Amino acid sequence: MVAQNIAFGIIAAIMVVGALRVVTVNNVVHAALWLVLVLAGAAAQYVLLTAEFVAVTQVLVYIGAVMVLFLFGTMLTRAQLGKEKLLNNPTWYLGIPASLLLLGVMIMALTSSFGDEKLPTDSELVSTQAISDQIFGPYLLPFWALSFVLLVAVIGAIVLARKD
Amino acid sequence: MLVNQFLILAAVLFCIGVYGVIARRNAVMVLMSIELILNSVNINFLAFALRNGSVDGHVFALYIIAVAAAEVGVGLALVLLVYRNRKSIALDELSEMKG
Repeated sequence: MVAQNIAFGIIAAIMVVGALRVVTVNNVVHAALWLVLVLAGAAAQYVLLTAEFVAVTQVLVYIGAVMVLFLFGTMLTRAQLGKEKLLNNPTWYLGIPASLLLLGVMIMALTSSFGDEKLPTDSELVSTQAISDQIFGPYLLPFWALSFVLLVAVIGAIVLARKD
Repeated sequence: MLVNQFLILAAVLFCIGVYGVIARRNAVMVLMSIELILNSVNINFLAFALRNGSVDGHVFALYIIAVAAAEVGVGLALVLLVYRNRKSIALDELSEMKG
């Protein structure tokens, strides 16, 4: 248990630092690379939460595909790859009180409702078979809907980004 | 491991993402902040799946990952279109619909 807590602490610290760099750094490509760090940390947290299939999917989809999309978007919409002065709004400082207020409310609600409740320690890894039984059983209709969403998104992206 | 350590980590990431959405001017950076928010939601889903001993949270996390991929695809296509028309992706310059 102690080892898991130490692992959680290290990964959580890396994730928070990475996320702060994503929203503060003045370089789009560097922000994308910090985002890779946060996403990889999230995958590690999923393994700690006994969700190995979701962790592998996270690595494949986010770090593999979404980051490539982001880097392509950066490449296609910017002439230079160096630092940029105007990445922030003129009123960017208004975001600090807004997010701190939100964080305070959420931490207060979480500590008052969950307190010291512990996660079960004897649970084994959730097998991919159990997840697929759920997806192709009770959650089949959302799965179909999701397939249509992906199809429409692909067609829409092609139509939007086409040259003519 | 406490339930709360995962939930509070997710809350911190969520708030950092909200700050990014508010503070950033570049459309690609706003999309990255939205990815942070979606990831924090996924951590919550998996923490509750472990707490309740159920697989439903995993299914929802997978669906969120798929929807996020679709969202990034369409979002970056929109950003590309805006850039092609205006040579800029600064969000505060898109004010044609202001009354």
